[in-house]
Amino acid sequence: MSAPEPRGREERALRFVLPVATLALAVAIWHAVVTINALPPYVLPGPALVARTLIDDWGILSDSLIATLITTFEGFALAVVGGIGLAVVFNLSRLVEYSFYPFAVILQVTPVLAIAPLLLIYLPQQGAVLACAWIVAFFPVLANTTLGLNSVDHNLSDLYRLYGASRGQVLLYLKLPSALPNMLAGIRIAGGLSLVGAVVAEIAAGSAGAGSGLAYRIAESGYRLNIPRMFAALILLSVAGIVIYFALAGLSHLLLRRWHESAVQRER
Amino acid sequence: MSLRGVAKTFASGTQALDGLDLDVRPGEFVSLLGPSGCGKSTALRLIAGLSEPTAGNITWGDSVAAASAAHEIGFVFQEPTLMPWTTVARNVDLPLRLGGTSASDAAPRVAAALDRVGLAAFRDAFPRELSGGMKMRVSIARALVTDPDLLLMDEPFAALDEITRFKLNNDLLDLWRALRKTVVFVTHSVFESVYLSHRIVVMTPRPGRVFRELVVDAPYPRQESFRTSAEYAAYCRLTSEALSAATGGNP
Repeated sequence: MSAPEPRGREERALRFVLPVATLALAVAIWHAVVTINALPPYVLPGPALVARTLIDDWGILSDSLIATLITTFEGFALAVVGGIGLAVVFNLSRLVEYSFYPFAVILQVTPVLAIAPLLLIYLPQQGAVLACAWIVAFFPVLANTTLGLNSVDHNLSDLYRLYGASRGQVLLYLKLPSALPNMLAGIRIAGGLSLVGAVVAEIAAGSAGAGSGLAYRIAESGYRLNIPRMFAALILLSVAGIVIYFALAGLSHLLLRRWHESAVQRER
Repeated sequence: MSLRGVAKTFASGTQALDGLDLDVRPGEFVSLLGPSGCGKSTALRLIAGLSEPTAGNITWGDSVAAASAAHEIGFVFQEPTLMPWTTVARNVDLPLRLGGTSASDAAPRVAAALDRVGLAAFRDAFPRELSGGMKMRVSIARALVTDPDLLLMDEPFAALDEITRFKLNNDLLDLWRALRKTVVFVTHSVFESVYLSHRIVVMTPRPGRVFRELVVDAPYPRQESFRTSAEYAAYCRLTSEALSAATGGNP
């Protein structure tokens, strides 16, 4: 690509500077409200105290962060494999699709927060948390991949038929590559959702008191009125979500930049 | 190859073709000319075996074709129909790959096919980096890479600008003369059909059948001078008249 025009560079700088400035302003207001009203930490801790808690409690918090991230990634990986796998099976067999797709939808529209306590009864806690992460994350992968697999260019399908392609060849060389942009859109959504699923399950399990993840830490700190630690854990969850989002957006860009309109920069 | 009494009725009840008789001789350049909706694309798809006739039969030489896949056919669609996710060379390679040709055998054939359409330098480009005319050339290279006896072309240049279309018309004639293929070319352009063909088959719409056949008895190679000749103009008038008669006077 050509060197960015001054206007493009300016705009990119603004897109970075403005949200950072907004965040700084919000933190400053937060700090002012706490200081002026002399709020005690168990009502609302100031940003400085939260930052100090983040550092002081890093030992506990980092263990919890890792525990939550592991669950998230496991749930995410299962969601990607399961979502794409189911989409492929549905695409190959209409009967299987008609039989099972409605139940995938039901699983999706039933709030996971309501399913989590039941799962905790029947599964070991780690399994239940993982199942929750999977349930919320697999559907976008399934739905988007299905859409992609069904949107193959008709002329290209004809071309494959003309040259006597086997079903495997059509799937491997035609359907999966042309579904890739949709698949990646689903995967990006799944990344964020698997974190949500893990957190929901941890919160639900929190009352049972056997967890160690960040959301469990938030619930536990709540009982102990350790509000600064609640904030610190929340910030870590938020950062984890942001990192997951950007990592997947980067992956998507890397895979599509040579050919897909969504990732190709146009020269103007 | 000949079609006898071929009919095609779609599930929707649309009668695309009815009683179509058509003979194509080896090495011939035949155009199917008609208004849109006259079933000329359907006829091409039947010949390619992409769709089954509801009546009549298609014979090759003297044997009734059970599956025309046995015959080497190249098909060029109205759009370039390239896979956007892979390179020009991989696109051209597709028919060979699907046919189980090994990569080392395929490489020189892909290179030769690209060379023939003047795109040897673009083998590693992605389709989106090419112009409309270049994409169509890639599509033609892909159709030629299996060295088919029969090339079926479905309004391949309809979406291109006139300058590019004239250029590709000339290049197609050169290729056809050099490779001695049989070409069945679908078009709705009188000028294009006269310029390219030995024989023009004018079709009637709804249901599609042959209205009249015209022989363009001008020698090849035809070049730009042919486009401006009185002979060309006369053939175009004749063909236009046949076309408007086929559509009942209102083309």
